[in-house]
Amino acid sequence: MSRKTLIPIGPYHPLQEEPELFKLYCDGEIVRDIKWETGYNHRGIEKLSESKTYDQVFFLVERICGICSTSHPFAFANAVEEIAGIEITDRAKYIRSIIGELERIHSHLLWVGLAGHFLGYNTVFMWAWKYREPVLDLFEMITGNRNSYAMFKVGGVRRDIENSKIESIRKVMSDVKKKTDLLAGAVMDDPVIHARTKGVGILTKQDVMDFAAVGPTARASGVAIDVRKDDPYAAYPLVNWKVITATEGDVFAKAQVRLLEMYESISIIEQCLEGLKKEKEGEINVKVKEIPAGMATGRAEAPRGEVFHFVVSDGSNSPARHKIRAPSYVNIATFRKSCIGQTIADATITLAAVDPCYCCTERLATAYDFDSGEKIMNARELINMSVEKTAEIRKTIR
Amino acid sequence: MGFKDFCFRKSLWVFHFGGASCNNCDIEILDCLTPRHDLERFGILLVGSIRHADVLLVNGSINQRDKERLIEIYNQAPKPIKVVAIGACGCTGGIFAEGMTFAGPVDKIIPVDAYIPGCPPKPEAIIAGIVKLAKG
Repeated sequence: MSRKTLIPIGPYHPLQEEPELFKLYCDGEIVRDIKWETGYNHRGIEKLSESKTYDQVFFLVERICGICSTSHPFAFANAVEEIAGIEITDRAKYIRSIIGELERIHSHLLWVGLAGHFLGYNTVFMWAWKYREPVLDLFEMITGNRNSYAMFKVGGVRRDIENSKIESIRKVMSDVKKKTDLLAGAVMDDPVIHARTKGVGILTKQDVMDFAAVGPTARASGVAIDVRKDDPYAAYPLVNWKVITATEGDVFAKAQVRLLEMYESISIIEQCLEGLKKEKEGEINVKVKEIPAGMATGRAEAPRGEVFHFVVSDGSNSPARHKIRAPSYVNIATFRKSCIGQTIADATITLAAVDPCYCCTERLATAYDFDSGEKIMNARELINMSVEKTAEIRKTIR
Repeated sequence: MGFKDFCFRKSLWVFHFGGASCNNCDIEILDCLTPRHDLERFGILLVGSIRHADVLLVNGSINQRDKERLIEIYNQAPKPIKVVAIGACGCTGGIFAEGMTFAGPVDKIIPVDAYIPGCPPKPEAIIAGIVKLAKG
């Protein structure tokens, strides 16, 4: 076997916003193996969550990831409301869905921009981020902050969307739709983008099944998996929309799925705004007295796929155990299929096509090298803390 | 005005170190460079290597794994370098200060010249911070 060149990307690399380390083992131009190392973003959120009350946990889980800062509270709220058997009002459901879909639009625009940047199309990057700004302005109008919205609580939402604001939201949505047309046209019709992305980083349907990939990554390979349809929550069963899929599984299909999903999101928001008009203003909360003992899972469809929260309650005012699984955690593993055999230049866009999000993912304190079985991470303290954490959880559950 | 201050007046080149953050500050920093705010008109440029940089932006709470790398990157930086701590996590540790992997706010690890608080700070706040830094 010929000698392989190791190309490290990261941990602090201009290509990435977030710290993570990829090791590409290359033979000439071709990537033969890939390994990755994370842990630069570990913050011990699950442990922190146990020290906070149910109201405070929302602020914490919102800061798992700034881009999906609605999906995590969404899943957590679903879990806690299932434990307590709370049915929220329709107005709160609509507001939750509107915030969730606005987030999807801004996240997909962000991804289109970054993907353009990785391909060398800085114009696409600048455009997409420019058209993202009105969506962030909407967030600022509705919630008071551009990124962390603090909209969710057990039993409803914290702030109402007054009926007087509906028109301005609708106006921004029609603007965003026009800009999406423009962007989709620019991306879908460009022969160079076709050449760079078609047939690159292919994931077959079987690969997706094997790696249990979720979200747009799975949908681009023909697996119609979407929590909003499979396990309906909030206002999604009340509105009409369809799951977007593609069959090719390459980078182009992933871009296509994301762009078409934005249209669905806009349509969901418009229907939710119609629904809001029928409900009485101000009915956004139901009274929650206590969270009984029990356990439940909550799921929500983040822009990147399924967010999974498992909450154990012992009847006190804070969770006894809180387990989080973010979509990138399973999607990152698909790199072993999609990257190997590509050229180095294609590897970057393939890595980016999954829209990996490391601040979501990093729940794990140790990782193992699959081939040699040796520990990759050498931060001893982290491992010891993980062991201690398990011991403590055992105590609480018993 | 000394020679060092003069050097920091214009065209600050920026290296971005994202610690254990939630990504909010990262995307707001990128947002500063995109058309609405467009920091590049002042010659402010995000560079790929700390060896080219005048300013080191640090955001996110620093965990034990990041700590040694932050120190290493600071040591590699050409001096004088201005260090800016961005966001609640960069300034104090924020919501993650009680976390089990937290290794201290940025100013406990390397010297910091400017703090831009907020969770996340708006792009306007980041620009205001950088302008104050450039004015000395």
